[in-house]
Amino acid sequence: MANKVAESISREEFFYGHKACAGCGGSLAVRAALKVLGPNAVSVLPAGCMSAVGFNFPQLCFSNNSIISTFAGTASMLTGVEAGLRARGFKDFTAVGFAGDGGTADIGIQALSGAIDRNDNIIYICYDNEAYMNTGIQKSGLTPFGAKTTTTPAGSNIHGNLHNKKNMFEIAAAHDIPYAATASIGNIPDFIAKVKKASQIKGTKYIHVIAPCPTGWGVAPDQTVEIAKEVVESGLWYLAEYENGTFKLNYKPKEFSSVEAYLKKQGRFKHLTDDDIQIITASRDKKWEYINRTFEL
Amino acid sequence: MRPYVREKKDFTFDEVPENTSFEAGYLTTVNSGWRSIRPVISTNKCVGCEQCYLYCPDGVISIAEGKAVIDYDFCKGCGICAKICRIGAIEMEAERK
Ligand SMILES: Cc1ncc(C[n+]2csc(CCOP(=O)(O)OP(=O)(O)O)c2C)c(N)n1
Ligand code: SF4
Ligand code: SF4
Ligand code: SF4
Ligand SMILES: [Mg+2]
Repeated sequence: MANKVAESISREEFFYGHKACAGCGGSLAVRAALKVLGPNAVSVLPAGCMSAVGFNFPQLCFSNNSIISTFAGTASMLTGVEAGLRARGFKDFTAVGFAGDGGTADIGIQALSGAIDRNDNIIYICYDNEAYMNTGIQKSGLTPFGAKTTTTPAGSNIHGNLHNKKNMFEIAAAHDIPYAATASIGNIPDFIAKVKKASQIKGTKYIHVIAPCPTGWGVAPDQTVEIAKEVVESGLWYLAEYENGTFKLNYKPKEFSSVEAYLKKQGRFKHLTDDDIQIITASRDKKWEYINRTFEL
Repeated sequence: MRPYVREKKDFTFDEVPENTSFEAGYLTTVNSGWRSIRPVISTNKCVGCEQCYLYCPDGVISIAEGKAVIDYDFCKGCGICAKICRIGAIEMEAERK
């Protein structure tokens, strides 16, 4: 039985033997992207889970060239890698970054903005597990409203994180970047197609992939892919692209699945009250009103 | 090809590379000890659709002669493959010592 998606990517494994927790969504995103880009991908990883689980001397779990950048410097190191290889006459390579949500939306946003501004020929992939996981689950600019983290605990007065998730996809797009996309590890064919498309476009490409973390989200390891599907079905995340100045929605659920069911499956949202869930549902509806008005289908 | 576990795991000072790692894909330890449950593929049922191959976070599934095969040295027993297989060809079984 031929699987077209499997046929479209390398049979080799480039992220193998890594020490990510069982069922880690981020590691699936890195693995899948590298199988699209192949052996000539040069990956840059800042501090965060994917560098921590990949580089453990003397072990190196990347079988393509890979390097750890400073926490804030994923995009600037990508700029350097691309310019350096080009200066040395290399033509067939892809400089690709894999940074977490903290490394992207908080500490790395300046370097990323600079790279997009210069339109450097790189792919920047943000694997979004919605907190600083590698240091033990602290809130980032991409942690959603209501989530319990060690810096946004759930008490009787304050129910976890008080702030909404930053809109990194649209922030990247607002630079008028050649290509930006959102994705989910719950839909690997869609993610693979987007990485492939990005690899064929010149200039800066930004892909934001939601990548659940069983450890930080409080779900069983076998639930990661399911929950990454459900976040899209419930409308709390969406699959879209930005290209040639236009936003395009890739998938519109016929009817949203229950927000409450999505939230209550996860330890980080267990404490939420009906009122909190109402707030989250209302902000989803507001977001979709905007999407329906401004995105092409 | 997959990266493989190297025979050589201890080094004298002189053998340690000047950069922060050996060559790319240099593996010295397996992950099999992490498992409390293991995926077992029923070869009769498996239709080789490769869904489990696409979704395994550790990349330990490959297809040989049209059937899924698992590299148990590096499988962590997360159970994602068993959930993704639509025809129920993968069963999670307790790991016995
Ligand atoms: C400048 C700097 N500040 C803080 C740290 C500590 N640190 C290492 S990893 C990490 C968390 C990274 O979070 P994120 O980018 O979301 O990636 P994740 O670990 O969730 O994959 C932090 C705070 C660091 N290495 N460097
Ligand atoms: S803490 Fe989360 S993101 Fe980090 S390796 Fe474990 S599952 Fe992956
Ligand atoms: S998903 Fe199931 S049927 Fe498909 S290859 Fe894997 S084990 Fe076989
Ligand atoms: S249990 Fe997890 S690691 Fe093992 S083969 Fe299945 S998906 Fe891969
Ligand atoms: Mg994170």
